[in-house]
Amino acid sequence: MPNVMIRRNDGGDLLFYVAKKDMEETIASVEQDTTDTWGGEVLLTDGSRWYIDPISPPPLFPTTLRFKRADD
Amino acid sequence: MTAMTREETQALIQEVLEVYPDKAKKDRAKHLAVNDPSLEQSKKCITSNRKSLPGVMTVRGCAYAGSKGVVWGPIKDMVHISHGPVGCGQYSRAGRRNYYVGHTGVNTFGTMNFTSDFQEKDIVFGGDKKLAKLIDEVNALFPLVKGMSVQSECPIGLIGDDIEAVSKKKGKELEKPIVPVRCEGFRGVSQSLGHHIANDAIRDWVIGNRDGDTSFATTPYDVAVIGDYNIGGDAWASRILLEEMGLRVVAQWSGDGTLSEMELTPKVKLNLIHCYRSMNYISRFMEEKYGIPWMEYNFFGPTKIAESLRKIAAFFDETIQANAEKVIAKYEAEYSAIIAKYRPRLEGKRVMLYVGGLRPRHVIGAYEDLGMEVVGTGYEFAHNDDYDRTMKEMGDSTLLYDDVTGYEFEEFVKKVKPDLIGSGIKEKYIFQKMGVPFRQMHSWDYSGPYHGYDGFAIFARDMDMTINNPCWKSMQAPWLKSAEGEVEKIAANA
Repeated sequence: MPNVMIRRNDGGDLLFYVAKKDMEETIASVEQDTTDTWGGEVLLTDGSRWYIDPISPPPLFPTTLRFKRADD
Repeated sequence: MTAMTREETQALIQEVLEVYPDKAKKDRAKHLAVNDPSLEQSKKCITSNRKSLPGVMTVRGCAYAGSKGVVWGPIKDMVHISHGPVGCGQYSRAGRRNYYVGHTGVNTFGTMNFTSDFQEKDIVFGGDKKLAKLIDEVNALFPLVKGMSVQSECPIGLIGDDIEAVSKKKGKELEKPIVPVRCEGFRGVSQSLGHHIANDAIRDWVIGNRDGDTSFATTPYDVAVIGDYNIGGDAWASRILLEEMGLRVVAQWSGDGTLSEMELTPKVKLNLIHCYRSMNYISRFMEEKYGIPWMEYNFFGPTKIAESLRKIAAFFDETIQANAEKVIAKYEAEYSAIIAKYRPRLEGKRVMLYVGGLRPRHVIGAYEDLGMEVVGTGYEFAHNDDYDRTMKEMGDSTLLYDDVTGYEFEEFVKKVKPDLIGSGIKEKYIFQKMGVPFRQMHSWDYSGPYHGYDGFAIFARDMDMTINNPCWKSMQAPWLKSAEGEVEKIAANA
């Protein structure tokens, strides 16, 4: 369950940054991304999947959230 | 020699790896790679930020070096106490040439060494009392000190001293920030973790100090220069460009920087990051807590400077954008003259770099402006995100080496035969004795600054002075020269 910092990059995409792992990936898709909830399963461009309980109302980025691995 | 193909480079890596035992070979193979700029992610081809292999020669430093030497050390109006045995502080004293303005020993303390000088009894009975006494002494001897940081050396963590408690107590007593930094040398695999720990200490003990204080008059053009350590005056050469653009540089982190500058940084509009590796942590934190955007910039060489100035200006209004163009135009004659003078002398020369955490990719543009080509590059302590950024800067099929060992680097140089190597003091004399021109790219070989337009002039002169130095033709003793007078490079024979 790493702490993940989510921020927008110059192109407006969401970046998924795990400081401890130096992992900086772009988020490809989010299961629930509407005006009232954000979260669920998150797919990154490197193919890994992460999970966070949907947050409502959606958080303001940049922010730090705790994610779970969805693969295992 | 022309550029090597992918297969040739791969074969070279294989050849160099051949001497290692199987296990070491497997480990080192992950750190050596052939660059492929089309790859988006470096982790597919290179591994970084791993423990160095025991038994090989590495040039990495420790967490204390990363915190005291790099991040905290240049903050000039604080006393940085090397808490522990005397050597760590003394042997690294004033080695990094972080220039600053001030009267050393009166209101600035950059080149001085303060240490608690641990003895056996301090290890046995603990050093907290000694630290408390030392803090009082420093404050009495140097009343103008604005704050102190306690930089732990290895024994502090091993014996479990509570430096936080002492710092808190003394900080209250003296009404000055006293920052305990848990940067014991054994933490992490290189100085990189020391940067991170130092950033976290700044986050916890410095950044929030003036949160409720609105007495500082802000302007819409406030920026902070982060991750410029003012080596040989670099930060000054960068700062004038930003000021000419109409921006106000509130803080310099941390070359020629002060404690109050750091405390005021949360009030700026934009953080400009030069050394991404050592200070991205605090920038990310300020983005999250204060909503300050940050951007990486590069002030090496006119092409990158112009690119960066435009990118910085894009965060502000039209006046600043127009000013950026004016600044670029103002210096155009100056840098064109430098390129016209040195490019013919340096055109086509090939460079291999091996530096710390930023320069292996940042100086590529400056070399290209001089018509030179970087054929191999590597970092001592970079992480994968640095290699992500490097792979796009480097040409196809060039050599990448992470935490390169002494043996590997020598072998690479013998095979690739570069015209110039840019690395540190530990590599310098080996390669000079092999007859290869060499520049220190950590300390600019006691020259500098290299940042900004002013710095580019010095950079170009220094590179020319090194590569075209007549001494490289005299590497062979006259009595060893063959009858035809043919001079062979010693490197080729070695």
